[in-house]
Amino acid sequence: MQYIPNIIFSALLISSLAFFIRNLKRLRRNINLGKGKTDPITNKPQRWKNMARIALGQSKMVSRPIAGLLHIIVYLGFIIINIELIEIVIDGVFGTHRIFSSIGFLYGVLIGLFEIFAVLVLIAVIIFWTRRNIVKIKRFFENKMVGWPKLDADLILYFEIILMSLFLLMNATDVEFQMMNNGNIVSGLIFPFFEGFSDQTLYYLERSFWWLHIIGILIFLNYLYYSKHLHIILAFPNTFYGSISNSGKLNNMKTVTNEVNIMMGKAVEPETNEDIKFGVSDVTDLSWLQILNAYSCTECGRCTSVCPANITGKKLSPRKIMMETRDRVEEFGKNIDRNGSFIEDNKKLLGEYISKEELWACTSCNACVEECPISINPLSIIMDMRRNLIMEESSAPVELNNMMNNIENNGAPWPYNQQDRLNWNE
Amino acid sequence: MIELKIKTIEEFQNEGTSPEILFWVGCAGSFDDRAKRITKAFVKILNSANISFGVLGKDESCTGDPAKRAGNEFLFQMQAMSNIEILNSFDIKTIVTTCPHCFNTLKNEYPDLGGSYEVYHHTQFINKLLDDNRFSIEGGSYKGKKITYHDPCFLGRANNEYNAPRNLIKKIDAELSELKRCKSKALCCGAGGAQMFKESEKGEKEINIERAEEIKNNSAKIVATGCPFCNTMLTDGTKSFENEDKVEVMDIAELIVKAKDL
Ligand code: SF4
Ligand code: SF4
Repeated sequence: MQYIPNIIFSALLISSLAFFIRNLKRLRRNINLGKGKTDPITNKPQRWKNMARIALGQSKMVSRPIAGLLHIIVYLGFIIINIELIEIVIDGVFGTHRIFSSIGFLYGVLIGLFEIFAVLVLIAVIIFWTRRNIVKIKRFFENKMVGWPKLDADLILYFEIILMSLFLLMNATDVEFQMMNNGNIVSGLIFPFFEGFSDQTLYYLERSFWWLHIIGILIFLNYLYYSKHLHIILAFPNTFYGSISNSGKLNNMKTVTNEVNIMMGKAVEPETNEDIKFGVSDVTDLSWLQILNAYSCTECGRCTSVCPANITGKKLSPRKIMMETRDRVEEFGKNIDRNGSFIEDNKKLLGEYISKEELWACTSCNACVEECPISINPLSIIMDMRRNLIMEESSAPVELNNMMNNIENNGAPWPYNQQDRLNWNE
Repeated sequence: MIELKIKTIEEFQNEGTSPEILFWVGCAGSFDDRAKRITKAFVKILNSANISFGVLGKDESCTGDPAKRAGNEFLFQMQAMSNIEILNSFDIKTIVTTCPHCFNTLKNEYPDLGGSYEVYHHTQFINKLLDDNRFSIEGGSYKGKKITYHDPCFLGRANNEYNAPRNLIKKIDAELSELKRCKSKALCCGAGGAQMFKESEKGEKEINIERAEEIKNNSAKIVATGCPFCNTMLTDGTKSFENEDKVEVMDIAELIVKAKDL
C-alpha cells in the first residue's frame, strides 16, 4: 500500500510526458507541411550567437523597458524555479521527502532563491494581468484578440499565480522544512499563519499543495501546444533559424530565375517536371520556417503596434497574419489527423483567413520584423502571398498593373521614355 | 549657374577610360521633378570633389524594386538580369545611388542573380569622401539651425544605416532634433512596397499624414531625408502646414549644396 502514491505519481508523470511528446510530434509534422523553399541555413556560429542573444539573453525584450524587465523576471523565475522540479520528481517517484535537503547550506541557498523568485514572478504576473485587464494597453486588443487568444493570455497568468502560490504554500506548511530553518526566506513568513494547525493537518495540507503543484506543472506542460505560450520552447529554434542577412533583402525565387533564363534564351539545366507554383496561397506553399514562425508567435502585438498601415487604421496587422497562419496550419493538421491525409475543405489561407485588402496595405517597411522580440518575419508571408496574387492569380490593383506595364515597356514605373533618362539635366 | 559635368559610362569607354564610380540615378532621380533636384545636388557635390563618375543614361532601367515588392518576381528578375548584363559589360565595380530602394536592391538582391558590386547610398559615399579628405564640409548657412531627420526604411531598418546621414547633418553644424520615432523605430513615409504607385487601402488616415503630424510636433523647420520617395510623401504630407508650422523637406545632398553654396 505504501507505494501507491509513488505509482500514481509515476503514472501521471509518464502519461503527461507521453502526451507532451505526442504533441511535439504533431508540431513537427505540421511544421514540415511547409514545402516552400527557404534559403540554405548558413553561418551557424552567427545563428548560435543570435539565439543566445535574442532568446536566451532576451535582448529585444528590453526595447520596451517595463514589459521587458517584467518578462525577464518571469523568464528567469521560470528557469530557476524549475530546477526544484528535479527534487520533486525524485521525491515523487521514490517516495523520499526533500531528498537534496541533506546537502545543507547550499540547499538553503537554492530554495531561498526559488522562494524569492516565486514572489518576484507573482508580482510581475499581477502587473502583467493589470496591464491587460485594467490598464488595457492597446496592443493587447484588436479584432483577432478576442475569444481564445484573450482567454489564453489570461489563463497563462492565472496558471503562474496558482503555481507560484502553491510552491510557497507547500514550503510554508512543511513543518520539517520550516524546522530546518534553511532557505525558508519567504515561506518562513507565511508559516506563522498556520500556527494553530495540528501537525497532522499541516501534513495533509503540505501533501495537497505538493500534489496540486506538480499536477499543475504537468497540466501546464501539456497546455503549451495549444497556447501562445509555446514560444517558451520555440523561441529558441526560431531565433536560430531567423534571417541573418539585411532585413531589406527579399529572397530570390530560384524557380523564377529558371523560367526567366529560359525566356531570355540562356542555357539552363533541364527543369524537373514538377508543377511549379509561385508564391503562397495555402499551408503547403509556406516554408517550414514560416510555419515555425507562426507557432512561435507570442501574440504580443509589438509588430502590429509599430505597423504604419495598422497605426493609420488599415486592416493589416502583422500579428494577425501570424495568428491566422497558425490557425490554418492547425486546421490543416487536424484535417489530416481525421482523414489520414488532407481532404479538400474548400478553404485557403489566402482568401478565407488573410484577405487581399490586408496584403496590399503593406509598405514592406520592415518595422514588424525589426520589432519582433523573437525574430519572426510577418513580411515574408505577406510578400509570398502577393507573389501568389500576381503570378498565379494575376490579381493586382489596377494602378499596380499600370506601374508594372510601364516598367516592362519603358523601364520606369511611370510612362516616361527610357531614351529620356538623361534629360534631368536640362 | 555652373554647368554640371556629367558623362555617360559609354563616353568613358569610348575614350578608353573608366570612371571611379557609377552614379545610379534611378527612375525618380531621372524623371520626377522634385527628385531631379536631388540628382543635380549630388552631382554638384561629386563635381566639387572632383570625383570621376559616370551615369548609364539611356542604358539605365528600373532596378525592379517596385515590381518585386508588388509580388512580380518575374518582372523583377527580367529587369535585374538585363541591368546586370549591362553593368557587367561595362565592368562596373562601385555604384553610388541617391535612392535607398535602388541601393537596397542593387546591394542585397542583385548578387543572387550574378551582379555583385560595392554599393553606396550617397550619404555613405559623401562620408567616405570626408574620411578620405577628398571633400570637406565645415559649417555653412545652417550653422546652429534645427534640422530633423526622417529615416527611409530601406536605408535604416533594411540596411542598418542610421549614422551616415546624421553625421552629415552634424557636419553642416546644424542641430539635429530627432523625431519621436527615429532610427530603427522610425515610421515609414507610406511609399514603400509599391504603395507609391497606388491608392492606399481603406483606413483612418494616410501614413504620410501620420508622419507629418509627428514632424509638426518637432521644433525643427527643416526635415532632412535621403530618399526621393520619402521626400515626395513628406512634402505632400506637410504641404498643408501654415505660417510658423511650415517646414521644408530637403535631401541631405541638397542641404550640403546649400550649406556650402555650391
Ligand atoms: S512591413 Fe508591412 S506588415 Fe510589417 S510593419 Fe511594415 S507595413 Fe506593417
Ligand atoms: S510576430 Fe513577434 S512581435 Fe508580432 S505578435 Fe508575434 S511575437 Fe509579437
